[in-house]
Amino acid sequence: MTRSPHRSELPRRSRAALAAGRGVATLSRAAHLGSGSVIGGKLALAVDPLLLGRLSAGHDTVLVSGTNGKTTTTHLVGAALRTAGPVASNTLGANMPPGMVAALDRAPDDVTAVLEVDERWLPRVLGEVGPAVVVLLNLSRDQLDRSHEVRKIADTWRDALGRLATRVVVANADDPLVVWAAGGAPHVVWVGAGSSWTADAAGCPACGGRIDFSPTTWRCTACDFARPEPAWTDDGTHAVQRDGPRVPLAVELPGRVNRGNALLALAAADAVGVEPATAAPGLRRVREVAGRYRSADVADSRLRMLLAKNPAGWTEAIDMLAPAPRPVVAAINARIADGRDPSWLWDVPYERLQGRLVVATGERRHDLAVRLRYADVDHDVADSLEAAVRRCGTPDVDLIANYTAFQDYLDAVGREP
Amino acid sequence: MSTPRDSVVRVGLLFPELLGTYGDGGNAVILVQRLRWRGLDAELVEIAAGTTVPETCDLYLLGGGEDAPQTEAARELGTDGPLHRAVARGAVVLAVCAGMQIVGRSFPGGSGRTETGLGLLDCVTVKTDEPRAVGELLVTPDAAFADLGRLTGFENHGGRTRLGPGARPLGRVVAGVGNGDGTEGVTTADEADGRVVGTYLHGPVLARNPALADALLAWVVGAPLDPLDDTDADALRAERFRAVEQGNLDGVAHRTWRDRLLRRN
Ligand SMILES: [Zn+2]
Repeated sequence: MTRSPHRSELPRRSRAALAAGRGVATLSRAAHLGSGSVIGGKLALAVDPLLLGRLSAGHDTVLVSGTNGKTTTTHLVGAALRTAGPVASNTLGANMPPGMVAALDRAPDDVTAVLEVDERWLPRVLGEVGPAVVVLLNLSRDQLDRSHEVRKIADTWRDALGRLATRVVVANADDPLVVWAAGGAPHVVWVGAGSSWTADAAGCPACGGRIDFSPTTWRCTACDFARPEPAWTDDGTHAVQRDGPRVPLAVELPGRVNRGNALLALAAADAVGVEPATAAPGLRRVREVAGRYRSADVADSRLRMLLAKNPAGWTEAIDMLAPAPRPVVAAINARIADGRDPSWLWDVPYERLQGRLVVATGERRHDLAVRLRYADVDHDVADSLEAAVRRCGTPDVDLIANYTAFQDYLDAVGREP
Repeated sequence: MSTPRDSVVRVGLLFPELLGTYGDGGNAVILVQRLRWRGLDAELVEIAAGTTVPETCDLYLLGGGEDAPQTEAARELGTDGPLHRAVARGAVVLAVCAGMQIVGRSFPGGSGRTETGLGLLDCVTVKTDEPRAVGELLVTPDAAFADLGRLTGFENHGGRTRLGPGARPLGRVVAGVGNGDGTEGVTTADEADGRVVGTYLHGPVLARNPALADALLAWVVGAPLDPLDDTDADALRAERFRAVEQGNLDGVAHRTWRDRLLRRN
């Protein structure tokens, strides 16, 4: 692989850009405006628009993208690779170019970079970074956009991946839109990572026909577009490589979806050149991801905190819950970052919460309460997290919150574990 | 017609993959549940695009969608198809957002072309240079629909809808944009022309407006329906009314000043 110049050999313009960015980041931290890394990265990119490509050229880079699970999978890939050496990463989810620039600026020369990339930015970042490995998780509608737009994103991925010659794409074989997108790439490692959300992929991206999903596979009913045979699968205890060894796959994070994310991380580590048997134990070190899966004491109960931002994310989070009858606090806001219209609540299969008490909270708790009533779920409303946990009245409570509600609660319980 | 029917009520959800972008399927769930809670048999019939539309549903739902899927849905339903025969027979239609636009006489398609609608409502939807209408929508119903109480919801549409003489609006806009001329929603002026209701209150409009759900169901059942426990919906309505009164209108700030001044005068 071609290596670019080390930091000291960067053009003067780039070094000036980084210095300016660091300066403003320091000021931003001093003014208690957060880590300052995004604003610093923005300024640095304004001074040198080619900075991302120049910085990343000094590193083997793994890009991670998709609608859900980006931050978690980025952590898992980082943990897998750290078994073999140091890693740089934008672990707090700053997944647009300024956040990536800030992460790379902090990275010593030659360490492997694992970067989470917003799905809309992936085509551009692919072109600039020229990654060693790209990990593609899933594509579904976010709370703000519509399935038509999801398909457009799949098309832009496919075009961009088709223009990269020799890179490895590690892709989820269970998501038809991801398979369509990765189909543009010359070298794909397919991973049977699972998918719990099929609503946005019902129409075949190749021909417009209907895709038929069975529990283990899928295929178009009108053309030959079908699930590729995965090179990696999960037998429940082990990662199984076709024509390769079985490696114990132990994951501390809850849910089937996180076993799938861990399997993708293992395949990515293998593609970078780290032996699966070496990398796999690293996966167990991930117990919490930017506050997600955190346990905290709230109102005399042990609260486990799950984040879900959109219908697919809620479907996955419901799968992570402790079994009924453990009660659930569900929190919904509708600020700009959440999407101001909570109509998507009707796309979430809340019927799966039958058999337990669900306490609705957050600024749009009444929208959720109405949804729960029509789902025949035993429910109540509470006007604060603490009141909601008290209403549950059990030693252990699970929380699922959407984006701004989750951030508020994380501030309340403390951002550091 | 005062005895409740004993057969199953069939609620047809039209083309969910084309017209289901904003939780529109919720309206079908709500209608079916409100029947079942009253001990009436109900069946949700999902009608996929590309399949034959059954004429035998008692109530049809059309939801929101983007330009291309909207045009495709209108093309499949045609100007004289199974849905038209069902309406002529007395079936009820609730058409939301893009759904309302296509059941009118014409609507703007994706490439700026005017597309032919189903003609079930006497209205046309046009593209204007007004900004997209996004935000809370609050409506005072016209006298004919006074029983519905205030209508509340969210709107998200680019087109503006003009009513012909064979149509009447559901009500007057208190906050938001609606049809664009101070009115909101479209229904037939004469019930003999069909029981078709259109609205820009998008997505799961019936979640916030259970009285509208029951008005549609009373048409189908042929008798007024027993009240249900709507405590949750009442709390949601009160909270949304308060949000509008406090000016917490979310996207309504997208309205131009000209818009506001015209409305005030
Ligand atoms: Zn196909």
